[in-house]
Amino acid sequence: MLPEAFKEAANHLLSSAAITVSLVIAFFFLCLWQYRKVTKPVVALPLSLGLIVLFCLSISDPNFFIIISKSDNVPIVLMLVLVGGCTWWGLRQAALNDERLEKGLPPMEADNREDDKVYVWPDLVYAEFIALIICSIVLIVWSILLAAPLEQPANPARTPNPSKAPWYFLGLQEMLVYFDPWIAGVVLPTLIIIGLGAIPYIDKNPKGNGYYTFKERPFAVTIYMFGFLVLWVFLVYMGTFMRGPNWNFFGPYEYWDIHKLEPLTSVNLSEYFYMRLLGRAMPANFLVREAPGLLVLAVYFGLLPLVLAKTCFRKFYPSMGFLRYMVMINLFLGVVGMVAKMYLRWIFNLKYIVAFPEFFFNI
Amino acid sequence: MPPENPVNPVPPAGPPSPAGASPPAPAGTGSKLPVPPATAAARPAAAGAEDLSRRKFLGLISWSGLGWAAFSAASGVGSIATGRFMFPNVLYELPATVKVGPPDDYPSDDVYEKYKDSNGVWIVRDAGQITALITVCTHLGCTPNWLPNEGKIKCPCHGSGFRRNGINFEGPAPRPLERAKIVLLEDGNMMVDKARKFQYEKGEWNDPDSFIPVTA
Ligand code: FES
Repeated sequence: MLPEAFKEAANHLLSSAAITVSLVIAFFFLCLWQYRKVTKPVVALPLSLGLIVLFCLSISDPNFFIIISKSDNVPIVLMLVLVGGCTWWGLRQAALNDERLEKGLPPMEADNREDDKVYVWPDLVYAEFIALIICSIVLIVWSILLAAPLEQPANPARTPNPSKAPWYFLGLQEMLVYFDPWIAGVVLPTLIIIGLGAIPYIDKNPKGNGYYTFKERPFAVTIYMFGFLVLWVFLVYMGTFMRGPNWNFFGPYEYWDIHKLEPLTSVNLSEYFYMRLLGRAMPANFLVREAPGLLVLAVYFGLLPLVLAKTCFRKFYPSMGFLRYMVMINLFLGVVGMVAKMYLRWIFNLKYIVAFPEFFFNI
Repeated sequence: MPPENPVNPVPPAGPPSPAGASPPAPAGTGSKLPVPPATAAARPAAAGAEDLSRRKFLGLISWSGLGWAAFSAASGVGSIATGRFMFPNVLYELPATVKVGPPDDYPSDDVYEKYKDSNGVWIVRDAGQITALITVCTHLGCTPNWLPNEGKIKCPCHGSGFRRNGINFEGPAPRPLERAKIVLLEDGNMMVDKARKFQYEKGEWNDPDSFIPVTA
């Protein structure tokens, strides 16, 4: 039903991670930048309808259908719809509220404050109980309708190809492609948890508590949504629908061919520096060998925060204080650096910035 | 009501009316809830002492002591059971040593998968050497696949790729696959011993135990 030329183009564009992620990030920032216009039903409705129509037309493509209809993947499709809907709802509320705040009105949530208060018992507990029953029914029906894929007993000599983590860990698995196991599997998850736990200490601004707003908290909302939507949800999408056999990238209408050949020769920064740039052999001393990478990291995490304090974050720095600013900026740079490292791999095939295979330590 | 003191009953504390009968009164009129000052003044020190009599206190201690003892016992048994779990009766590990036949079984430069399932090694003939590569990805330990058409070893987990000789060249794997010890026995067969490993990045691939030279 879809024209072949369209499928070709879509496969070509969307099997490139760099292009797909760039499109997603561009769309993300466009939506936030124009959030008042984009969330208006006249814009949001045709947009989502268009996507749904495109999705329905795509089902006629056999390759698309195979991937979409795997019982593991059906919930991911539902999740994408749900996340999109909820994000729209939140941004829409924020847009409406921001208009009210500009007119000097209180946010919508502040109206009828008195009637807002209800009892935990029975009001809340009943609602929770009903939600619990509905969820149980949905799960039971679902598990009957979509059989969970049971495979043959595990065999250590045969790893399934592609071998995928549970869906909620696909983002972490994707990070593992770009980082040392130890960084991606231990350091990054710990940082995510500590970083989320640190939010109340980093961010003392009471604005936005209990009501939707974007205008009053543009930085905080953008960072959080970027982390959640792009670095978690989108990476789940990527792991589910783009990663095929041999962990190669595939387009939406592409057949998952085991023999798809993608030359991905990856190179360490030290090799780029000494062999390609200076045209000489790698130094034997590993500290000298990794000096360029260590320098890059030192500048990125050591110098850049200070430069940013004087420039982009000039306004934040005095109100936050040194320690709080440093914690915030390093978490921020960590998030940006993660994305940067992925791009470096996609575009320059850069493997590791600092590589000490001698000590199982690579960044 | 404690039986020790029937003559001086304390008015029951707690909500004056059954739950849900009426919404709580707005703040300011709800100050009736605490014990009226007159009653409290009439029984100055007795109230506290009576709430927690010696008998009650000891009872409380012994019950909570019992509870803690039970909890510690259960945790103790649990940790012993967990500890026992660390020493299984049977270990499903592939045998470390295997005879892989004479070098003539591997006539041309290729990756031979015969001992992959049973022993977790590829026998590789490449550039005048026969080596035993361990089938464990150096990234996170998945078992990679030998793709003969592409002439490379490719990991299905995060896409690391290795050349036939085990050198990593694509994806995240930070170092080459490891070699196992391989020696030529007197009877002309080769013997692989996975207990001894040779890592390229440590320069161990020059070790004569890590390969068997053959005429290319
Ligand atoms: S385990 Fe082989 S690429 Fe990660």
